[in-house]
Amino acid sequence: MTARGVGAPHGGDAMAGGGEAVPIAVEDLVKSFGGKRALDGVSLVVAPRTTLVLIGPSGCGKSTLLRLVVGLLAPDHGRVRIGETPMAPESRRALRLRMGYVIQEGGLFPHLTAAQNVALVADDLGWNAARVRARLDELTALTGITPDLLARYPAQLSGGQRQRVGLMRALMLDPAVLLLDEPLGALDPLTRARLQTDLRRVFQTLRKTVLLVTHDMAEATYLGSEIALMRGGRVVQRGIPADLLERPADPFVTEFIRAQHPLEGSAAETAP
Amino acid sequence: MRRATAAGLALATTARLALALVAGLALALVAAVPAAAAGTVTVGSKAFPESWILGEGLASLTRATGVPEVRHRSNLGGTEIVYQALRAGDVDVYPEYTGTIAEVLLQDPGRPSLEAMRRTLAARGIGISAPLGFNDSYALAVSADTQRRYQLRTISDLARHPDLRFGLTHEFIGREDGFPGLARRYDLSSRNVRGIQHELAYEAIASGKVDVIDIYTTDAQIEHLDLRVLDDDRGFFPRYDAVWLYRLDLEHREPRALAAMRRLEGRIDEAAMIRANARVVLERVPFAQSADSLLLEALGAAGGATAAREGLWRALLADTAQHLRLVAISLLAAILVGVPLGVLATRSRPLAAVTLSAAGLLQTIPSLALLAFLIPLLGIGVRPALVALFLYSLLPIVRNTYTGIATIPAALTESAAAIGLSPGAQLFRVRLPMASPAIMAGIKTSAVINVGTATLAALIGAGGLGDPILSGIQLRRTSLILQGAIPAALLALLVQWGFELLDRIAIPRGLRLPSEPT
Repeated sequence: MTARGVGAPHGGDAMAGGGEAVPIAVEDLVKSFGGKRALDGVSLVVAPRTTLVLIGPSGCGKSTLLRLVVGLLAPDHGRVRIGETPMAPESRRALRLRMGYVIQEGGLFPHLTAAQNVALVADDLGWNAARVRARLDELTALTGITPDLLARYPAQLSGGQRQRVGLMRALMLDPAVLLLDEPLGALDPLTRARLQTDLRRVFQTLRKTVLLVTHDMAEATYLGSEIALMRGGRVVQRGIPADLLERPADPFVTEFIRAQHPLEGSAAETAP
Repeated sequence: MRRATAAGLALATTARLALALVAGLALALVAAVPAAAAGTVTVGSKAFPESWILGEGLASLTRATGVPEVRHRSNLGGTEIVYQALRAGDVDVYPEYTGTIAEVLLQDPGRPSLEAMRRTLAARGIGISAPLGFNDSYALAVSADTQRRYQLRTISDLARHPDLRFGLTHEFIGREDGFPGLARRYDLSSRNVRGIQHELAYEAIASGKVDVIDIYTTDAQIEHLDLRVLDDDRGFFPRYDAVWLYRLDLEHREPRALAAMRRLEGRIDEAAMIRANARVVLERVPFAQSADSLLLEALGAAGGATAAREGLWRALLADTAQHLRLVAISLLAAILVGVPLGVLATRSRPLAAVTLSAAGLLQTIPSLALLAFLIPLLGIGVRPALVALFLYSLLPIVRNTYTGIATIPAALTESAAAIGLSPGAQLFRVRLPMASPAIMAGIKTSAVINVGTATLAALIGAGGLGDPILSGIQLRRTSLILQGAIPAALLALLVQWGFELLDRIAIPRGLRLPSEPT
């Protein structure tokens, strides 16, 4: 994937990892739901052009953290910064336009075709048809979606196809940051493995700042430059995958990794 | 074309639809509300044949004096409604009865003199003419058979037979000069009193379903059915001399109408009125023609130009068109108000509670009560009917819009925000299209209810298919009832089909697909 982007938005180069280098920084985030503390003082920085995977058991606060980053929730304490800009009601929409957001099943709107889903925000921003068309063409090759699939409605796509369209939608504006919340959670193992391979390729090609949530250790090892293991609203250990395996900060780290049988994980074999 | 992409079409369609709705509403409103022109006299009448005949007779006489525009609004649904219309200026004159003026309008049980009533009403800007010459009193009647079996001659005789079945009009049961007062005066302790529509009461007594009914002494059926009128031996019923009630401003605004009224004073006796009623009720003569004959008898000359009568098909078409207009305008207004209200309700829980219960409360008000309530504010005719139909159409639309939006999966509404859509685009490109099946279902429900409810609009002079139904009930003429009821039923079906077609435009195709197993 070395083709140069044609007519890439924001003056960046969509296909070859150009564009802005934007870090994500969260400082001392606290968030409670009805008296139950979901996040208990989390501070993290995701360096520009790296992929940090948030992992942990259900209820550890990893999804809450992602939702705070994209501004769907407001923290009780602490703050989120995307680049130099703090996430706040007045900056929220501008920041979201610089972040791609993908959820389980892709979060596609059932009343729109795949193409309409992907082009929705660009359309809202007033892009002309030619520009939308050109960008769709770039993205189809990258995400493995064929033009005939773009004309279908979400109900007419397979789970894996929906997920690829969701990724396409997130990449449409060539954002500096990608946020993915359990993007492959609902897929069968084979589809999941294929998508993991493609996701890694996309991350490596586009070199965006990525924050990805999963509960699967093999997936985390395969996709992440670094991993942050969470438990009870706190980060237990953060480091490159090998650190967690070889130098666990806490018995829980080993316990969590063991429980996941990393060597039998779907993508572990193909990991370098 | 800036928004040439497929996603742009969704908004463009919504915008076009909204524009069409607004334009349609504006057009329809202009067409529906006739401006009250100067030199116009409006004669009103209540919803029974005698009132129609007198009203039509006066309209015809007034027309003959050269007044440029004379309208006759028949079928106004009862004393309260036609009197409110008179006070509001929607009606200039209508036939009324002295007993009714005392009891219902003045609420004076002391049998005031005509002079006293005239003084009281003058303060309200209303005049009373001299009596027309006949007394149309309430009375009780039984069949010849019943009379023989129970030896009934007077109302006092009824007290000895508490088991007799009474079929009385609702107005008679409710009025102090009706059954409540009568029962006290005669010590009637009847256990078996049921409310029944006046014309149907004759049917009921003829077929032996009831034994005693209240009648008006000029009713044609008394003689026709060989009924026996019981003697009011304790003098309970006051006189119900027919008079004109008119707006005093008529004297300087259109004195020719006043002159026409005066010509009929003292000229119509009971026998003439009974004959005129019989022509309409028994011989099925159109009431305008019966009015002509009455004028001929009373004045020795026909009034002159009567309004052109319409053939069956033209009447049918006109009624249906008017009905459709009422439905279309009120429904459009309900959509334009109801959908935004439903959206607003999704913004906060208290707002939802207030909006939904207010719309729900409106639905519980009986339609006649709502109409009667609206008359002092809006007069009679199309406007109050539109407002009432609008209010009744709101609830299904508001509720379905609210539910349709509130039940969109949270993951999708959150996605719409998180991917950076503007608030407007989140509403118009995601929430409303996704809620469109529910919204369309609400509109469909409202439309069908509206077609049915609109038949009541005839009671306040708004016309529509309720007119032939109402007249048909009064005349016990099934063909006339069907002339209104069949088109109304067809209209309801048509509206249903129409909206099913509209679903294909308004509901995005992606929401009408069966989901494929993956």
